[in-house]
Amino acid sequence: MKTYTNTGNKDTRSGFGDGLTELGQKNPNVVALCADLTGSLKMNEFEKNHPERFFQVGIAEANMMGMAAGLTIGGKIPFTGTFANFSTGRVYDQIRQSIAYSDKNVKICASHAGLTLGEDGATHQILEDIGLMKMLPGMTVINTCDYNQTKAATLAIADHHGPVYLRFGRPKVANFTPENGEFHIGKAVMLQEGTDVTLVATGHLVWEALEAAKTLNEQGISAEVINIHTIKPLDEDAIIKSIQKTGCIVTAEEHNYLGGLGESVARTLAQHNPTPQEFVATQDTFGESGTPEELLEKYGLNATSIVEKALKVIGRK
Amino acid sequence: MADIQHLTNLVSQVRRDIVRQVHAVNSGHPGGSLGCAEFLVALYNEIMVHDPSFNMDGKNEDLFFLSNGHISPVFYSVLARAGYFPVSELSTFRKLNTRLQGHPTTHEGLPGVRIASGSLGQGLSVAVGAAQAKKLNGDDKTIFTLHGDGELQEGQNWEAIMYAAAKKVDNLIATIDVNGQQIDGSTDHVLDMGSLKGKFEAFGWKVVTIEKGNDLASIIAGMQEAISLSRKQTPICILLHTEMGNGVDFMMGSHKWHGVAPNDEQLEAALAQNPSTLADY
Repeated sequence: MKTYTNTGNKDTRSGFGDGLTELGQKNPNVVALCADLTGSLKMNEFEKNHPERFFQVGIAEANMMGMAAGLTIGGKIPFTGTFANFSTGRVYDQIRQSIAYSDKNVKICASHAGLTLGEDGATHQILEDIGLMKMLPGMTVINTCDYNQTKAATLAIADHHGPVYLRFGRPKVANFTPENGEFHIGKAVMLQEGTDVTLVATGHLVWEALEAAKTLNEQGISAEVINIHTIKPLDEDAIIKSIQKTGCIVTAEEHNYLGGLGESVARTLAQHNPTPQEFVATQDTFGESGTPEELLEKYGLNATSIVEKALKVIGRK
Repeated sequence: MADIQHLTNLVSQVRRDIVRQVHAVNSGHPGGSLGCAEFLVALYNEIMVHDPSFNMDGKNEDLFFLSNGHISPVFYSVLARAGYFPVSELSTFRKLNTRLQGHPTTHEGLPGVRIASGSLGQGLSVAVGAAQAKKLNGDDKTIFTLHGDGELQEGQNWEAIMYAAAKKVDNLIATIDVNGQQIDGSTDHVLDMGSLKGKFEAFGWKVVTIEKGNDLASIIAGMQEAISLSRKQTPICILLHTEMGNGVDFMMGSHKWHGVAPNDEQLEAALAQNPSTLADY
């Protein structure tokens, strides 16, 4: 088995912040907007280095999305920053009309996604945002797994023309993907080849999937692990190729099973190659207060849960 | 100096275009469109520096954003008559595969449109962003917008109004079409907004009132005043008092023609009141 080393826990939002800082130096057309969460989104460096290109809009996310759309007219590449909940559900119609339908080159960067926001509870823990965003025609949806990948994705989306939703989180998590690695939008990353079951994960659950593969390996089960950082457009070929080898699949995400990665995978398989699938995701529920670890355990979003679902889906082959 | 006679002729033709577009598909919004005919004709033919060959970025051009997208018939007519696309294309309004969608969009690539609008209350934020982009680009041209008065009931406007004043977005002139009407009746009846002038001024904007919003000379004078007040640290609002349905006597002053098309007889009556000056499409 390949081994992946955690080079030290880091938050994905810092990957965004550091990527944005680098973009600020590299690309004079990059501008940033924030709705009173500059520190939380780690946008302080960009603000300090480029005050003229940083737009503090106050607690007014609807106006922020509209302004971002307007800034593209004249060639700017706007990056908006706020929590995932306020980046999507709160401003859905603004994104829909002024950004997606208007074909505007806006990068919607969303931190504190999912349960791992922790103690603030369900008002802030959006578990529906991937679904909301992937349903918008033309929207690219990315959910990165660690600091390095979030930084790489931040740099990559500046060079991609079109609206993008970039989802990341609050807690410090394992940092294991290559430093300064390449990021290819829409291209799955094969982390571990295997023959008995495919584990497809996105975001914080990619590391959990790797941990699950280790446990399965100890039980003599060969798990293939694929990091799907881009949920839309989905790398369907990578998924189909894998299940043609393994014959079953577990999807894992910090999101509702309705509307998330699992559902996109299920649609792909139903269409091209019907395959037993199990879902590691929240089961159509809101979150609640707690530490990130407690919440992931209670809602079954960790390596233990992935192992259980893997054993179950293998039994269904 | 403005050639008022030329503009008057254009307004008459635009009014014909409006009612003919709406009649042909038995749908669309004639009332607000007719009320804003003079304003948009003056804006595109007297006030703005703009290039009908159309480039989305619009650098070194004045830009216009229509926030109340349902008055697309007047917008399309004025754009076509200004040379953005063939006048004959007005015959495709609201039909399958048209670039002239029910509400304006960039999605079908219609020259002259820089943002989709129709879901109300979003245009001012977009305009503020475009105004900031102009400043970053060292572009000294101006952003113009149009909004319905009823549209100001949408809260996003007030986020943008607050922002534009706080951040001194002074290359922005936002016009409110004060026709006092919305779908369910008069704005006072549906949701009385009190003094719009007082509200804008309280938010830190300068306000220019055009009492005769269907009179070309008054509009041009008011807009020139607004331009002279711009670039002095505050955004500018024009309260443009218009009459819904203006130019077609049986449509005037009533919310009933907000989103209703004229029948064949009504079309003839409307056209008789607005002679063809530039040839119908």
